[in-house]
Amino acid sequence: MFRSILRPQFASARQQFFRFMSKEVRQSIDAAVKSAPVVLFMKGTPESPACGFSRNTIQILGYQGVDPSKFAAYNVLEDPELRQGIKEYSDWPTVPQLYINKEFVGGHDIIVQMSEDGSLADLLETEKVLVQ
Amino acid sequence: MPKPQEFEKRLKSELHAEHVEVEDSSGGCGQAFAVVVVSDLFEGKNRLARHRLVNGAVKDLITAVHSFTQKNYSPAEWAAQH
Repeated sequence: MFRSILRPQFASARQQFFRFMSKEVRQSIDAAVKSAPVVLFMKGTPESPACGFSRNTIQILGYQGVDPSKFAAYNVLEDPELRQGIKEYSDWPTVPQLYINKEFVGGHDIIVQMSEDGSLADLLETEKVLVQ
Repeated sequence: MPKPQEFEKRLKSELHAEHVEVEDSSGGCGQAFAVVVVSDLFEGKNRLARHRLVNGAVKDLITAVHSFTQKNYSPAEWAAQH
């Protein structure tokens, strides 16, 4: 079971729980990716990140104004299958990993660079995931 | 434990990188690296595609360290910055 964590400061956030069969990791990750318009696979939780890269990514999504009701986070440290599986699923060697509307956007470096050049703001706007 | 030179050698040979900077950003433990890569293979490719090229070239090295960050430039972009 991968448990989604939502940021407590996101007032309208509702806790979501998903039950998965352990042998169906890919389907489980598919479901996680589809569970919200903005999905972050991270180390730790939004309120208590366990890694500087995850912490920074959460901060960027927060100040960009991502709508909490459209956001879900999954802690890869809670589940060894998710921790390994997400790397294979995305063909990406590191965590955090950001998905927007089921499309893989990138990891921490890409999110920072997109934040700096404005393309992240554009993407979030286009994908209609910002607080209105 | 990978050495900075291993990243440099691999990126130069596999990505025809004309310029590579490898910084040991670990503060001593040797578990964190930050790289700058300049390669003509990046020309016309977006960030995600560039990162995937780099990740593929040093995949086994990345899995051996705690942290790996990258900045990738085409030769023209690199020249414009310097």
